[in-house]
Amino acid sequence: MQTPAPVDYAKATSVADALAKLQEHGEEARVIAGGHSLLPMMKLRLARPDALIDLNDIPELTGIRIEGTEIVVGAMTRHREILESAILAEHYPIFREAERLIADPIVRNRGTIGGSMCQADPSADLSAVGSALKGSAVVVGPGGTRTVPLREFHQGPYETVVGPGEILTEVRYPIRPGAGSAYEKVERRAGDWGVATSGVYVVVSGGVVTDCGIGLAAVGAEHYCSPEGEAALVGKEPTEENLAAAAAATAESCSPNADQRGPADYKKHLANELTLRALRRAARASQGA
Amino acid sequence: MQVTITVNGVEHTRDVEPRMLLVHFIRDELLMRGTHWGCDTSNCGACTLWVDDEPVKSCTMLAVMADGKSITTVEGLAKGGELDPVQQGFMECHGLQCGYCTPGMMMCARALLDRNPHPTEEEIREGISGNICRCTGYKNIVAAIQWAADNPAAAQSEVTA
Ligand SMILES: Cc1cc2nc3c(=O)[nH]c(=O)nc-3n(C[C@H](O)[C@H](O)[C@H](O)COP(=O)(O)OP(=O)(O)OC[C@H]3O[C@@H](n4cnc5c(N)ncnc54)[C@H](O)[C@@H]3O)c2cc1C
Ligand code: FES
Ligand code: FES
Repeated sequence: MQTPAPVDYAKATSVADALAKLQEHGEEARVIAGGHSLLPMMKLRLARPDALIDLNDIPELTGIRIEGTEIVVGAMTRHREILESAILAEHYPIFREAERLIADPIVRNRGTIGGSMCQADPSADLSAVGSALKGSAVVVGPGGTRTVPLREFHQGPYETVVGPGEILTEVRYPIRPGAGSAYEKVERRAGDWGVATSGVYVVVSGGVVTDCGIGLAAVGAEHYCSPEGEAALVGKEPTEENLAAAAAATAESCSPNADQRGPADYKKHLANELTLRALRRAARASQGA
Repeated sequence: MQVTITVNGVEHTRDVEPRMLLVHFIRDELLMRGTHWGCDTSNCGACTLWVDDEPVKSCTMLAVMADGKSITTVEGLAKGGELDPVQQGFMECHGLQCGYCTPGMMMCARALLDRNPHPTEEEIREGISGNICRCTGYKNIVAAIQWAADNPAAAQSEVTA
């Protein structure tokens, strides 16, 4: 039987309350969101916080809304809400396509975007989506509020810029009129983490790609993105040849590790092929096809 | 820590350690053994119950996190001595062998049909994709859920009653 080690617990009722409770319980306190990464780690003693501050009853942390030229997603928004969001479906189908393949419907009822971003698992799908879309994270702490580009949010596997005593409150994505987006993932079985994934957006205007973003998970891409792949495509026509060159540059830029999900060369091959498929679909969508 | 949790309409107050998992609260504190406990790693879905009408893997939630919430377990599916159509479907279609996965399957099936009364086979398979069955090969489980979708009579008499 796996049970977490003894731990204190307190429910926070607002962001301010959560920050105060984190202070009160000291350095070894952790916030708990859906608990679907943290509790399994606590069972295995991979994490052993002294206290858990529960964010589940903070209404201000949930919901998806448009603010000016950005889509704002509260940190406690569940995978399920992201999957079903009309706002996200309209502007960025990449979310729906990624969410359909994240875990399973039961896990998606609990797991949150904030937990997923802060867990910083190298295979986290929403981290790849966030980096592809060049979004930003809003982090609140005793010292105030700061906004961090998602491409600087992750410091390495399981590491983010969120310090002890701080919490991530929302994730923001710029709206790009005319953008097409898509997500591709290969998994060993339904509900599993990806062997490799790629998510992109593409803006085609006047017959050329004027803007694009390429995000990757599970293939050792630094900050879950490939600026090299993007640079290979911007300013070019979205021909099959140019898309293939960008996909190849993307695969070249990442360094996957061999593990139980497959050898490194296979994952590199997938990074290439999945990026190409995503680019094709996103470019077509941007051209209204 | 004191918690008050409503399970199948009945309020229960207990003093629990914060580290106690919800599945153990249900099985070992309330002695309700319908909710099964399988992999313990958030993968198999045998422990699925509803928290405020949403299926949740109860091995991956603390009992203290359910304080003040309303929970439905497989024991809460039958109403007034009448089996839920999902339960009836599992009988009609031989939807179980050892029965280990069955409570979780049923809780996901009922939640699916409540949102989508006429699912396709693919939607049913997607709906139970968080539940692992080591016996049946899933075919009869899918048939059982389809049966329930095609025979909502028991549920309908509930609504009109
Ligand atoms: C069976 C299974 C399959 C899965 N498959 C996939 C998959 O295919 N793809 C995928 O991307 N994910 C997958 N996941 C992970 C899932 O998305 C998790 O829910 C998610 O990674 C963590 O979210 P959570 O809300 O449960 O976070 P928690 O477990 O509550 O927290 C995770 C970490 O983040 C911290 N944290 C949480 N919220 C905040 C916040 N607002 N501010 C600061 N720190 C915070 C916590 O302290 C903790 O350290 C899977 C999980 C399971 C159990
Ligand atoms: S026991 Fe909870 S998912 Fe297997
Ligand atoms: S009937 Fe045995 S696990 Fe499903």
